[in-house]
Amino acid sequence: MAQIVDRRLNGKNKSAVNRQKFIRRFRQQIKKAVADAIAERSVTDLDKGEKISIPNKDTSEPFFHHGQGGHRERIHPGNKEFHKGDKIPRPDGGAGQGQGNEASDSGEGLDEFMFELTREEFLQFFFEDLELPNLVKTKLAAINETSKVRAGHTSDGIPTNINVIRSLRGAMGRRIALRAPYKNRIRELEAELEDLLKRHNESDAVIMALREQIAQLNKKIERIPFIDTFDLRYDNKIDRPKPTTQAVMFCIMDVSGSMGRDEKDMAKRFFMLLYMFLTRTYEKIQVVFISHHTLATEVDEETFFYSRETGGTVVSSALKLTAEIIQERYPSSEWNIYAAQASDGDNWHNDSKICRKIMTEQIMPYVQYYAYIEITEDRHQNLWQEYLHIKDNWANFAMRRIERIADIYPVFRKLFQKQEKQ
Amino acid sequence: MSKQSPISESSEWTFELIEQYHREIERIAKNFGLETYPVQLEIITAEQMMDAYASVGMPIGYTHWSFGKEFVNNEKRYKRGMMGLAYEIVINSNPCIAYLMEENSMTMQALVIAHAAYGHNSFFKNNYLFTTWTSADSIIDYLLFAKNYIAQCEERYGESRVEAFLDSCHALKNYGVDRYKRPPTISMQEEQTRQNEREAYLQSQINELWKTIPTKIDTELDQKKCCFPTEPQENILYFIEKNAPLLEPWQREIVRIVRKIAQYFYPQRQTQVMNEGWATFWHYTILNQLYDEGFVSDGFMVEFLQSHTNVIYQPAFDSKYYSGINPYALGFAMMTDIRRICENPTAEDRQWFPDIAGSDWQQTLDFAMRNFKDESFISQYLSPKLIRDFKLFSILDDDRKKEIEVTAIHDELGYQYLRQALAEQYNLGSLEPNIQVYNVDVKGDRSLTLRHYQHQRVPLDQTANEVIKHLASLWGFNVRLETIDSDESVVHTFECEK
Repeated sequence: MAQIVDRRLNGKNKSAVNRQKFIRRFRQQIKKAVADAIAERSVTDLDKGEKISIPNKDTSEPFFHHGQGGHRERIHPGNKEFHKGDKIPRPDGGAGQGQGNEASDSGEGLDEFMFELTREEFLQFFFEDLELPNLVKTKLAAINETSKVRAGHTSDGIPTNINVIRSLRGAMGRRIALRAPYKNRIRELEAELEDLLKRHNESDAVIMALREQIAQLNKKIERIPFIDTFDLRYDNKIDRPKPTTQAVMFCIMDVSGSMGRDEKDMAKRFFMLLYMFLTRTYEKIQVVFISHHTLATEVDEETFFYSRETGGTVVSSALKLTAEIIQERYPSSEWNIYAAQASDGDNWHNDSKICRKIMTEQIMPYVQYYAYIEITEDRHQNLWQEYLHIKDNWANFAMRRIERIADIYPVFRKLFQKQEKQ
Repeated sequence: MSKQSPISESSEWTFELIEQYHREIERIAKNFGLETYPVQLEIITAEQMMDAYASVGMPIGYTHWSFGKEFVNNEKRYKRGMMGLAYEIVINSNPCIAYLMEENSMTMQALVIAHAAYGHNSFFKNNYLFTTWTSADSIIDYLLFAKNYIAQCEERYGESRVEAFLDSCHALKNYGVDRYKRPPTISMQEEQTRQNEREAYLQSQINELWKTIPTKIDTELDQKKCCFPTEPQENILYFIEKNAPLLEPWQREIVRIVRKIAQYFYPQRQTQVMNEGWATFWHYTILNQLYDEGFVSDGFMVEFLQSHTNVIYQPAFDSKYYSGINPYALGFAMMTDIRRICENPTAEDRQWFPDIAGSDWQQTLDFAMRNFKDESFISQYLSPKLIRDFKLFSILDDDRKKEIEVTAIHDELGYQYLRQALAEQYNLGSLEPNIQVYNVDVKGDRSLTLRHYQHQRVPLDQTANEVIKHLASLWGFNVRLETIDSDESVVHTFECEK
C-alpha cells in the first residue's frame, strides 16, 4: 500500500533562500535597474514590483560544450522532399541547430535575463539609498492597516456577535408562520365540535376523537421551538482601511537652468518619500506640482520632471502660487497640507525677504509640515539665511542641504517621529 | 458478471479516490510484472512544485544562487502561462517519491501515479545504469548531509566564499562523473564520520604528494616519473578533490558533494528516451487496462488521451515548435513498436529482429528496460517501420563545405545508417567534449594541463575560457587546455594564468 502524504501545509517558500541569494548576487545590476525604474515612475506609483533585466552573460553558468563548426551529423524527423545526396544551402541558424537550442521566451531576446521583483523587494532597494531607519522602513512597507466596521447582518458568525433583537424577531416570525396551519385546523375542528355537541353527548366517541385531535394539534404548536439556530442573526463586520482623512501634497521645484538631471532625480526621491509617508497616514492624497523659474506654474508630473527652462529664479512666485492654491482649493479645515520644496538655493537676491514674508504669513500657519532641500555644493545663499529664521520660529519646518540621496531622510525625521508618538 | 462501475465521475480528487485509483493501478502494474520500490505519493501545491523544479527535482538541496535563478525563471514563465507545470516529478529514492499537484484533476493524478509511481519507479529500480550508479536507499540521507554540510561551511567560512567555490565546482560538474567505480551505499551518520576521517587523511596525502624532496638520483628516471597523473583522468572533479594542492579540507568535501550529486543524475542523462518512453508506455497501457475493466469513464479517457497526445507530439523539423527529437515521442513509439513486433511481426520485422519477433512482449520489454541505455537501446531496437513513421533523415554539416548534405533518408538504403547515426546522437561520450586531465608540472610551476581530444573537428565553445578560470581557482595554479586533433597535434590552447 502506498503512503499518501499531504505536503501542502509545508512551507512553500523552500526556494526563498535561493531567490534571496540570487538577488544578493546581482544586487549591483538590480540596483541600477531599480534606479532606472524610479526615474521612469510617477511619484505616486511606488506600490508595485518591477520587471528587472540582467544581461545574460552575467547570469550564465559556463560549462564545457561544443562550439559551432567541424563535421557533424544530425537526425531530424519529418522529411518531406529530401533524397539522399541532396545539397541544401546552410540555414542562417548555423550548424548544430536543434539540440540545446531552447527557444527564446516570446521574442524577449536571449541576451537578457528577465524577472520580477516583488513590491517588498523593490521597496527595499528604494529604501537602501535613502538609508532610512529600520522602524521607518517597516512602517512604510506595511500594507494599510484596517479597522472592523459594522456592515449589516449575516446568518453565521461567532457567539459574541449574536444580535439578540434580530434573532428573536426572526424566531417570532418563524413561530407565527409555523403555527398558522395548525391554528387554522384547530379553528375548523372547534367549529365542527360545536356543531356536533348540539347533537351528541360529551362521552360519545366522535366527540372524544375530535377533542383528542385538537389536543394533539395544540401539542404540536407547543413543540415548535422558541428559538432555532435558523433564527440566529449575527452582526457582520468588514475590514475598512483605517486612515480616513485626506491630504494634499505640494511639490515645489526650481526648474531653472541650474537644476540638472541629477538634481531632479534626487528631488524626485525626496518627493516620493514624502508621498509614501502620506499614503500610510491618509486615505486620499492629492499632489500638486508647482515648477518655477522667474514665473511659477502648476504643471503635470511629466512636465514637472522633464521640462527645462532657462533664466533666473524667483522663488516667491512659487510660494505665492502655493498660497493662492491653498486659499482657493484646499481649506485647511478639510485638508492636511504638506509641502516639499527642492531648489539649488539660488534666488534673485531681493526676492528672499519676500519669500520669508509669504511663508510666515500665508503658508506656515496652514501646513502640517514643510520640508525644504537645497541641492548644491556651493556656499549658502540668501534664501537659506531667510529660511533659517523660519526654522527658528516654526516647529513644522525642516530644511537641509543635500549632496547625496542618503541625506534626504533627515529632513523628514521630525515628521516620522511625530507619527511614531501617535 | 456485473459490469464494473467507474471509480469516479467528477474531476475533483479526494484522498479516498487517490487511494482507490492507486490500488487498481498497483494491481494492474503488478499483473504486468512491474517491479518497483514502495510508492510514496506527496500532494503539493503549484508553488511547491516550482520549488521542486528549481532544485532539479531534489527533495532537499543545498542553497545556491543558481537554484534561485532557476526558480525565478520558472516562476516568470509559469505566471505568464507559457509553461504548464510538468505533471511528473519523481525522485529516484527508496521509497520512490512522486509528487501530485493539488491543482490537477483526478484524471491527471491517476496519470501521474501510473506514469511516475509505476513507470519511472520500475525503471529506477531495474535499469542497470541506475542499479550500478545510484543508491536509492541512501540518496535522501546524502542530500541532507550535503545541505547541512554546506550550510555549516557558509557559517564558518562566509557565504560568498562558499558560493564562489560552488560556482567553480558547478562549472565542472559534468566532468565529475566516475564511470568505473561504484559509489558505496552508506547512511548519513556513516557519511559524517567518514567525512571527518577523510578530511584528516586527505590533507596528509596531499602534503605527501608535494613533499618531493629533490634528491638527485637518476635524471632519466626522473623524466619518466615526471608524468603525473600516470594515465589521463576523465573525472576532473575527482582529480581535483584528491590532488589539488591548496584546497582546504572543507573545500575538498564540497567538490565531493557536487561530484556525488552529478553522479547521481548521470544515469538520468543517459536514459532520457528510454526512461520517458518506458513511463509513457506504461501509463498508456495501465490506464487503457483500467478503462477495459470499466474502472474509468469515457470522459476520463478523453481527458487522458488529450494530455497523452500532447506529450508524445513530435513536430517536424520545419515546424516552428521543433526543438529536436521529443524523447517522450521517440521512447513511447519504440516501446509500443517492440510490443507490436512481438505480437504482430511483419516479414520485415522477422528479418530485422529474428530474436524478438513473435516472442513474449512483456519479457522482451522487461529485458530491454533492464539492460540498455539510450544509445544502445536505439541501436538495438529502432525498427525500419519507426524510421518511416518519423520520416527520419540525416543531415551532414561540414564547415569545410558550402552546403549541408542529406546523407540518408527513410528508405531501404538508409535504415541501418540512420539507426547508427541516431544512436550516436544519444552517446553522451560524443555529445560532450572529451576532456581529460593530462599532466601536472610537478617539478616546475605546478601548472595543470588538460587535453581536449577533438572528434570530427568539432571545436570547443569559447566559454571554455570561463570554465578554465573556474578550474584554475580550484587548482590554485596555472591551467592550460589543449585541443588535440586526430593527428595528435595541438590545434588550439586555452590558458589561464593564476
